[in-house]
Amino acid sequence: MRTALDIARDVRSGATTAESEMVTSLTAIRARNEELNVFLFVDEEGALDAARRVDERVTSGDDAGVLAGVPIALKDNLCTTGVPTTAGSKILKGWRPPYSATVVHRVLGAGAVPMGKTNMDEFAMGSSTETSAYGPTRNPLDVDRVPGGSSGGSASAVAGDMTPLSLGSDTGGSIRQPAALCGLVGVKPTYGLVSRYGLIAFASSLDQIGPFAKNVADAAALLEVIAGHDPMDSTSLPEPAPSLLLHVNDGVAGKRVGLVRELYDGADDEVVAEVERAASALRDAGATIVELSVPELHLGLSAYYLIAPAEASSNLARYDGVRYGLRVDAEDVAAMNEATRTAGFGAEVKRRIMLGTYALSAGYYDAYYGQALKVRTQLIDAFRRAYLEADLLLGATAPSVAFAIGEKTADPMAMYLSDVFTIPTNLAGDAAISVPFGTGQLGLPIGVQLLGPGRSEAQLFAAARVLELADGRS
Amino acid sequence: MTTRDGWETVVGLEVHTELKTTTKMFCGCANEFGSEPNTNICPVCLGLPGSLPVLNVRAVDLAMAIGFALHSTIAFSTFHRKNYFYPDMPKDFQISQYDLPINSGGYLDLPDGSRVSIERAHLEEDTGKSTHLGGSGRIHGADRSLVDYNRSGVPLVEIVSGPDIRSSAQARAYASELRGILIATGASDGRMEEGSMRIDANVSVRKPGDPLGTRCEIKNLNSLRSLQRAIDYEALRQIELIEGGATVRQETRHWDEILGETSTMRTKEEAEDYRYFREPDLVDLVPDTAWQERIRLGLGAMPAERRATLLARLSSPTTAQLDALEVVVDLGFDDIVLAAIDAGAEPTLALARAANELAAGVEHIANLTTDAFSATLAMEQSGELSATQAKVVLLELLARGGDPRAIATERGFEQLSSDSLGATVAALITEHPDEWTRYRDGDEKLAQFFIGQVMKATKGQANGKAVIAELQSRR
Repeated sequence: MRTALDIARDVRSGATTAESEMVTSLTAIRARNEELNVFLFVDEEGALDAARRVDERVTSGDDAGVLAGVPIALKDNLCTTGVPTTAGSKILKGWRPPYSATVVHRVLGAGAVPMGKTNMDEFAMGSSTETSAYGPTRNPLDVDRVPGGSSGGSASAVAGDMTPLSLGSDTGGSIRQPAALCGLVGVKPTYGLVSRYGLIAFASSLDQIGPFAKNVADAAALLEVIAGHDPMDSTSLPEPAPSLLLHVNDGVAGKRVGLVRELYDGADDEVVAEVERAASALRDAGATIVELSVPELHLGLSAYYLIAPAEASSNLARYDGVRYGLRVDAEDVAAMNEATRTAGFGAEVKRRIMLGTYALSAGYYDAYYGQALKVRTQLIDAFRRAYLEADLLLGATAPSVAFAIGEKTADPMAMYLSDVFTIPTNLAGDAAISVPFGTGQLGLPIGVQLLGPGRSEAQLFAAARVLELADGRS
Repeated sequence: MTTRDGWETVVGLEVHTELKTTTKMFCGCANEFGSEPNTNICPVCLGLPGSLPVLNVRAVDLAMAIGFALHSTIAFSTFHRKNYFYPDMPKDFQISQYDLPINSGGYLDLPDGSRVSIERAHLEEDTGKSTHLGGSGRIHGADRSLVDYNRSGVPLVEIVSGPDIRSSAQARAYASELRGILIATGASDGRMEEGSMRIDANVSVRKPGDPLGTRCEIKNLNSLRSLQRAIDYEALRQIELIEGGATVRQETRHWDEILGETSTMRTKEEAEDYRYFREPDLVDLVPDTAWQERIRLGLGAMPAERRATLLARLSSPTTAQLDALEVVVDLGFDDIVLAAIDAGAEPTLALARAANELAAGVEHIANLTTDAFSATLAMEQSGELSATQAKVVLLELLARGGDPRAIATERGFEQLSSDSLGATVAALITEHPDEWTRYRDGDEKLAQFFIGQVMKATKGQANGKAVIAELQSRR
């Protein structure tokens, strides 16, 4: 399959049209969507309309955009005007937002063609796309396995050759982990680099939107399009989007890369082997490898499972049946709220709402939420010290290759551990990228993770590109 | 003052004031009272999934202005979420300030010389407005409820006093003085009837010198009169409970304006756990020195200072004059009154005309220039206009603006005051020869009779002093 940048170049030059690329994508979606359950809604009308507008821009000699005519899939927690947006939940079934997320406006502005909305763990709470109210998504590389999550639909759309690009959101690893399990490049940008306006919130202080692509350059191009200040998001960084594509081939010569024990400890041997091979590849490309230990990283998981549910318990309060989405009538408003939420939320969402409500409650706040905030500060400090010794950090993305559907659904803790290596970056507000590197014994892809301080995306892409080349990908 | 002998009422007030901004606190929707329901709304103030708040800087300006007027400390502050379910609150949490409010501490001096401490004055957003139809007419037991989200996200400042107030009258004086300050800072229009200022009263009773008693909070008092009545009722209720051997239960109570009673809304055990935590969608609010100075220097004089300025112009003020002065400062007419006094108007007259005629036409005050007001008073003082005529001229000026002399001419007031008055008096003397004889012989009471007759004949447009002068000249 051609890369996103190839398609955009050909659309701009007139060698192909956005409409024909859109039809190609639609054909691929129709061929496999029933089996894989990737798209919750395929927006044929909207896609055709967007494609034709791109073609008009090309015909009239206007700049059709860096992503001209490139089909893109959107995670179902990104609001899209008039298009069903459910965040994978029954409670928002049929809801059509009256507005679009900032990232949706930006991809449209760059000429990309949104094909529809992809399946996800309900409200992004999960690591396998199995908590979706609309059934699990299958991994296109092995349909009995999960694609990871929570952005499993967006990962499968690209891995299943339905769209060359997709957008996901990453609160604790929800882009990087599925990218690793599906053999894709996935990026968790620096907190504030991409506007969250129109992203249905899970945990506001952790959520970031980011790209999925088959290669580093495509991912860089997409991130460049969606990044940059947005006055609608108070936490948006004040500066315009950084130049990323320009630096993809900068290499790692002279860079110090920290190989962090806590970022692969406990992973399967085949995963650890690839992390070590990645370190060698970076060394071969001129980087210095520094072996580091950052013990505080072990605290990340427990802090995350207090902070994220606490914020979620508040963010999800609004699904009360009063204004939109599901309503289950009852004798008074409080009973209606309760009946609606009981029927509308799935088990994992209820578990986290209860966990978060408890962590914030009078008498427990200091011991739980308050303590988690202190741990978060310690973690930020630990990263800061690590970045004095290394420019970037290297580790695994996920502890294993894609696991079987149903394998971990009965054991929440086992599921939560899928994100043990990715969570610390979200707590710190830093940037990280997962890049495919080698395969395991079953032939399933393995992802390695590169981490950097805030605003280090250009360096991360350059290092990821080195690994991509070393792994024999163009 | 005590409600009942041997008892002391202790009150602390929480005053919520809507800020007079053009747009809402976290979005660009109009902050406007009285629009069609659900017309000033957007994804942000409806709390739609994915929407995010962005702080309106003008709301911070006004909150700081209130802080300066209350002698508060203005500092680095943050926003928190106050979590509870309520159908008119679209996110099911309210963005408010918690441990780090923008204004901390301060005080408010009342006209009687007492001082009430201020604990804090913090920013928060307003909720929507529910209307419950049928059944009980309240949220529990109504047939159905309608919600208008126009008010959702309107900026509020909540001003919390210390428990320093000792009577319902003092509570009323505090609320009234605070209202004056809110208007003077430009932060609020102070319209309690439109809900732009709402009061919760924490009331307890004790024997003087005892520690504070258990308090009850009375919610949503929407007028100064309700505030005073509710406190009186509640203090008495608590005293009777204690005197009857019972104890006061800490609870939130509702004031029923029609019944004149408070009743239980929820007890302490039923109180919500708001689970406050930092609002992750907003950044810290850091009012730097330059910003604070810009607000401080932009503040005009507060009501107390303005009352003092005006009071200095009165030699030995009567109660009526003091009342008029209060009204004049309240309505912000003190500048125009001072200008008239400087231009030669008698302070008493200027105050009276401002407190009555101008107050009655307050919504049209923009039509009246300082010069026109001064000139009208000058004409009244010189006898060119009668009191009645002067009032008519002022009403005319308020309605349409213009020049008082031109209005007087148009109405024929000037003509009446010269030639035609003589003719009218002459005619009345002829009509009432007996009365005229008695008056001429020294019965001064008859002057009133003739003035009355002249007023009747001229439909009140003659000047009393001019009539007496006319009568004297014919004696």
